[in-house]
Amino acid sequence: MQNHPVYTDNDPQTEYSTLNLGPTHPATHGVFQNVLQMDGERIVSGVSTIGYIHRAFEKIAEHRPFYQITPLTDRLNYCSSPINNMGWHMTVEKLLGITMPKRVDYMRVIIMELARIADHIVCNGVLGVDTGAFTGFLYMMEYREEIYEIYEEICGSRLTTNVGRIGGFERNFNTIAFNKIRRFTERFPKVLKEFESLFNRNRIFVDRTKDVAAVTAEQALSYSWTGPILRATGVDYDVRAMEPYSSYEDFDFEVPVGENGDVYNRFLVRNEEMWQSMRIIEQALAKIEKEPSDIFHADVPAFYLPPKEEVYNNMEALIYHFKIVMGEVETPTAEVYHAVEGANGELGFYLVNDGGRSPYRLHFRRPSFINYQMYANMSQGMLLSDAIINMSSLNVIAGELDA
Amino acid sequence: MSDIQIVDAPAGVEGAGFFATALDQAIGLARANSLWPLPFATSCCGIEFMATMGSHYDLSRFGAERLSFSPRQADLLMVMGTISKKMGPVLRQVYLQMAEPRWVIAVGACASSGGIFDTYSVLQGIDEIIPVDVYVPGCPPRPEAIIDGFMAIQHLVKTETLRRRQEPKYQELLASYGIQ
Amino acid sequence: MGKIANEVLIQKLVEKFPGQVTELSQDYGLLSVETGKEQITDVLSFLKTDPELKFIFLTDLTAIHYPEAAGREIGVIYHLHSLTTNTRIRVKVFIPIDNVHIPTATTLWDGANWMERETYDFFGVIFDGHPDLRRILNVDDMTVFPMRKEFPLEDPNRIDKKDYFFGR
Repeated sequence: MQNHPVYTDNDPQTEYSTLNLGPTHPATHGVFQNVLQMDGERIVSGVSTIGYIHRAFEKIAEHRPFYQITPLTDRLNYCSSPINNMGWHMTVEKLLGITMPKRVDYMRVIIMELARIADHIVCNGVLGVDTGAFTGFLYMMEYREEIYEIYEEICGSRLTTNVGRIGGFERNFNTIAFNKIRRFTERFPKVLKEFESLFNRNRIFVDRTKDVAAVTAEQALSYSWTGPILRATGVDYDVRAMEPYSSYEDFDFEVPVGENGDVYNRFLVRNEEMWQSMRIIEQALAKIEKEPSDIFHADVPAFYLPPKEEVYNNMEALIYHFKIVMGEVETPTAEVYHAVEGANGELGFYLVNDGGRSPYRLHFRRPSFINYQMYANMSQGMLLSDAIINMSSLNVIAGELDA
Repeated sequence: MSDIQIVDAPAGVEGAGFFATALDQAIGLARANSLWPLPFATSCCGIEFMATMGSHYDLSRFGAERLSFSPRQADLLMVMGTISKKMGPVLRQVYLQMAEPRWVIAVGACASSGGIFDTYSVLQGIDEIIPVDVYVPGCPPRPEAIIDGFMAIQHLVKTETLRRRQEPKYQELLASYGIQ
Repeated sequence: MGKIANEVLIQKLVEKFPGQVTELSQDYGLLSVETGKEQITDVLSFLKTDPELKFIFLTDLTAIHYPEAAGREIGVIYHLHSLTTNTRIRVKVFIPIDNVHIPTATTLWDGANWMERETYDFFGVIFDGHPDLRRILNVDDMTVFPMRKEFPLEDPNRIDKKDYFFGR
C-alpha cells in the first residue's frame, strides 16, 4: 500500500504488524480491502481501499436510453435488485410526471418488500456465519429460494430481476405468482421466529455482538448514515415513512429503532424490519384484491410500449413503438432527485436530463458507499474479530459500493 | 442396499483382493470427485453461487464440500463476477499461488468476456490474464448452469493425462500469459 | 414541524447572503440554489446550524460537467436534507475548468470525505482542505478524469473488438 506506512519486523515486540484484510474475503462480503495495523489482536489503525469492482455505471448511463438503464440498476445492490429497479422507474416517472394507478403501486410494494426481506435474510444470516453459527444461514437460504421463485414467476429471472417498466410492469402477476406470495406469507413467519429463537437470546451471540461498534446518533448523522444501521442508533429516518412513494402512506407499518447502534441492535432492527415487511405484504395482498385485476401499467402510450398485437395492426401503436424505441419522445429538460428506502439505506437517483434519449448525468446516491466510510475509523481500538462482525453488520454490497 | 449413487469404477481388471486399472483413470476419478474450489466471488454471480452451495441446489453433492479460501489448498479457481482492471493483478496473484494441477472456471458473462460492462475500468474477460478451462454464460447463470459448468470441469479433470502439466504445449500456453 | 416552504427558504438565504445566492429552479418541489465557491462554506454552515432550518444531513455531494459553459464548466452539487422539517435543498457551485478548486465540506460533515474523493476521482475537482484527497474508485495511477464528457466510455486500447460489427 503506497499510502500506508510499512513497518518492518525488526523487533516484533514493539512494532505493529500489518494485516491485509484483502480483496479476496472468506464469506461473500464483497471485494474491498482493509490494510490494518495490528497490535497483537487489537487494531491500531486501518486504511480502506475500494474500487475493485468499479464498473462505471454512471458513465454507462450517459450512453443508454432510459429503459436500458434498468439492468444497470439491478447490479447496484444485487441482493435486493427489485428495489433498485423500482427506484429508477419512479425517478423517471417523477421526471415525466406520470402517476401510477393504485394497483401498480401495490404490486411494486409487494416486490420491494420481498426484496427487503431477501436482503435482510442474507445480511443477518451472514452475520450469524461470521460469529460461527452456520445453521441459521443455511436454513434461511431456503426461503430466499422461495423469493427467487416468486421473482421467476413475475419476471423470469432470479437475482438481477430487471422487473417492471417505466410506467408499470411488463406483465400482470398471474395466479401462480399470487399463490406463491401467499404461500410465502404463510410459511415464512414460522421460520423467522425460529431464526430469532436461535440468535436473539443466545448467550454466545449476545456476548459477541452486544456493545460491539456502538455508534452515537450524532456520529452516524455526521457520516450521513441511512438505513437499518442509522435506525439502530436511535434515529427514526425511513424514506418510506418520511417521503412516501408508491402509496406507502396507505400502509400501516412501524419503523423499528434501536438504542445504541451496536451490532446486536442492528441485527434486531433488521429482524424487526422483516416482520414489518411481512405485515406490509399481507396488507398489500388484501388491497390488491379490491382493485380491478387487469391494470398493471399506467395509461401512457408515449412512454410505455404498446402490446405487440396492436403494434402490428394499429397505426398509432406502431408510431408510439417506433418513437419510444428510437428515443424520439420529448422528455423535459429538468433535474430530479428521487430517493427510495433500499435495504441498506436511502438509495437516491439524481437525474439531470437534457431532453434527449439518454440522461445527461445520472448519479446514484449509494448507501453502502456512504455507510462504509466510517469503517476504518470505527475499527480503531477494536479486536479483529469484532471488526469482522462490524463489517458484516454494515451490510456492504460491493456492487453498490463501487458502482 | 441404499439408493445413494456412487461413481462408477473405471475400466479395469478385477480379482480377489485387487483391482488393476490405468493410473490416469484412478487418479482422475479421485480428483474429479473431490475438487476443492476457491470461490473468487466478486459480485452478483457470487450470490448465485451462494444459492448453489445452499441446500436447494447443493454443489457439495459433487464433491465440492470443502471450499478453500486459500489458493494454496485449492484445485479449482471459480471466478464469479466482474473483474475490474484494479482487481486483475489480485486475481493473477491468486492464480499464481495455486499449485498444479489447477483449473479455472469463469462463471458469468462478466468473467467470460466483460459482460454488459464494456467500459474503461472492466477487464473484458479473465482470459486476458489467466488461462481458463470452462466458461459458464449467463447474467447471472442459474445454479443449474453453474453445476453444469462444474460437471464440465469434472469431465476435464477425469480425462486429463498425468503428464499434461509438463508437456511443452501447456508450458507454451502459460508462457503466452506470461506465467512461468 | 412542517415542511419549510421554498419561498421561506430562499428568502432566508437571500437575507443572510445578499447578492450571493440565486435561485435556479423549483422543479418537482425541490429548491435549487446557486452560490459561489467563496461563500459555499458559509452557506452550508448557515443551512446546517440555523435553528429554524437545521439541514443537518448531507445526502449527497457530486459534480457535473458542462463543456460548453465557458468559465462554469464543472458544477459541484450538494443535496441537503433537514430531517426534523422533512425539507430538501440542492446547492450548486459552478467553477471553471482551469481552476477547479473549492473549499471542502469535511469540516461540517464527516460523511463528505469519501463523497469528495469520488468527485475528485471522476471530475478532477480539488477540495481545498480535504485531509486525504486521492482516487477512490479508479486505479491509483490513472491520470485522466473519466466522468468528464471528453473521456470515452470504452477502453480505447482494446485490440479484439472488430469495428465492422460495431458499425464503425
